[in-house]
Amino acid sequence: MSEILELTAAQAGERVRSGDLDKGELWRAYRDRALADDLNAFTWVCEGDEPEAIDEGGPLGGVPIGIKDLFCTNGVPSQAGSKILEGYRPPYTATAVERLMAAGAPVLAKTNQDEFAMGSSTENSAYGPTLNPWDRTRVPGGSSGGSAAAVAAGTVPWSIGTDTGGSIRQPAALCGIVGLKPTYGAVSRYGMIAFASSLDQAGPFARDTTDAALLLGAMAGPDPCDSTSLGLPEPVRAPTATDLKGIRLGVPEELTGEGIEPGVLAAFSETLDLARQLGATVETMHLPHSPHGLAAYYLIAPAECSSNLARYDGVRYGLRTDGSDLLSMYTRTREQGFGAEVKRRVLIGTYALSSGYYDAYYGRAQKVRTLIARDFTQAWERFDFVVTPTAPGVAFELGAKTQDPLAMYLNDACTVPMSLAGIPAISIPNGLADGLPVGFQIAGPAFSENRILDAAHALEQAIGFDSRRAFA
Amino acid sequence: MLSRDQVLYVARLARLELTDDEVERFSGELSKVLDHIEKISELGDLADVPPTSHVVEVENALRADEPRPSWPRDAILGSAPDAGQGGFRVPSPGAG
Repeated sequence: MSEILELTAAQAGERVRSGDLDKGELWRAYRDRALADDLNAFTWVCEGDEPEAIDEGGPLGGVPIGIKDLFCTNGVPSQAGSKILEGYRPPYTATAVERLMAAGAPVLAKTNQDEFAMGSSTENSAYGPTLNPWDRTRVPGGSSGGSAAAVAAGTVPWSIGTDTGGSIRQPAALCGIVGLKPTYGAVSRYGMIAFASSLDQAGPFARDTTDAALLLGAMAGPDPCDSTSLGLPEPVRAPTATDLKGIRLGVPEELTGEGIEPGVLAAFSETLDLARQLGATVETMHLPHSPHGLAAYYLIAPAECSSNLARYDGVRYGLRTDGSDLLSMYTRTREQGFGAEVKRRVLIGTYALSSGYYDAYYGRAQKVRTLIARDFTQAWERFDFVVTPTAPGVAFELGAKTQDPLAMYLNDACTVPMSLAGIPAISIPNGLADGLPVGFQIAGPAFSENRILDAAHALEQAIGFDSRRAFA
Repeated sequence: MLSRDQVLYVARLARLELTDDEVERFSGELSKVLDHIEKISELGDLADVPPTSHVVEVENALRADEPRPSWPRDAILGSAPDAGQGGFRVPSPGAG
């Protein structure tokens, strides 16, 4: 492994700023690796030299970054993993990406994803599945699977993705890296190709919590172009904690029992022991409504997606399939342009919103969402954080769940409740089970990102996992 | 259980053409998913629970009402499958 690749993004940026490392050399090292990628992690890689306009004196130090395909990027293919946006090059750039570039990170590549972020394996991409660098017969998780696989394979130093029901945390877990879903509203959604607007939130993928904190600090901020964006109440600090003295961890019985693979549970228990050694108290507790999270999520997200995806009609951008009249142009364009999973969710969502079903489905799911959020509010009276395994299992084999949508959805069981509550949660590498990475999830109250990062940092040091192990 | 006719009805609402194979496949798959979703009916009467549509309390996030330039027409039309005469060209609604 070359010396450059061994550096975390924070270390590389520090060297660039101090003049010990040339930003062009850093760019070329990663560009050449990204161009040689054989995991199908990318949908586009910049073939040229590093962009001149990037100021390496910024906090991100000129360190190149991978961007999930669904972030609109001026002049660069931004297809959200869908055939219906094949060849689409937006005339503007998403605010989150603008902020990263302004902080000194040049865009090196766009990363593969499930179509419109709908999926947990990246197998729903119209541009082919991404492979897991730990085992190429297995999925990297999803929907931000390209972003996770690329960081784990060392073809980008860091990347960003989006999380609607677990799409940052689950692939981070399955690829053995750090992934953080911020509080809803911390990062602007402007220019993010929408899936479910009340849930979608952008966040970082990185080798460690220090890099994740750096990216989050650069991405977060209010944006006049997104009226739901708030930013964070305080600047994001580099995490420094090395113990968990006085920290109260709640372990929800509902998300740590049935349905979790034994190897994942064993790794989880070991880390709870580590947490105790670091000074934390660990107590079993209840999130009584969380078992209903998946059902509520798979009503709310498809309902919002069926509405958001109405814009793909062959008129303003992307694919058009001709028809004899306007209506048949619409229906044929959508038949040709959308993949099976997108069609499924558009159908479920349209059904749930249709006359006569709204109250029983969408309306009721929104009430369940309230109950799930209240479970967490009550938890914060007794606990600083709620901890769970990030995903119920390790990376599964390609094709294993593509014929069974419900089995695929169950991957999100431990991540969906936090999404519905809008609260921040991180996944950190938690060792291996059956030779494959597993994740440890830490969730906290809204806007507790700094405290979550500190706790994650302390555990990360104690676990001692090397997230460069899958480098080719 | 979602019938063939229900799938076709919902597909029409969603402006989605489906092949015969897809109608068959989706009615089976979606029925399974809906069975799981039915779990939320187990929670009983929720009349007193307010719905959540937005998780973080924000009220009236307004920006100053100041004019600013919009996107140039050409930049927007440049992405269209068929543009002409300064607009998006589409088939006639009644051409069929």
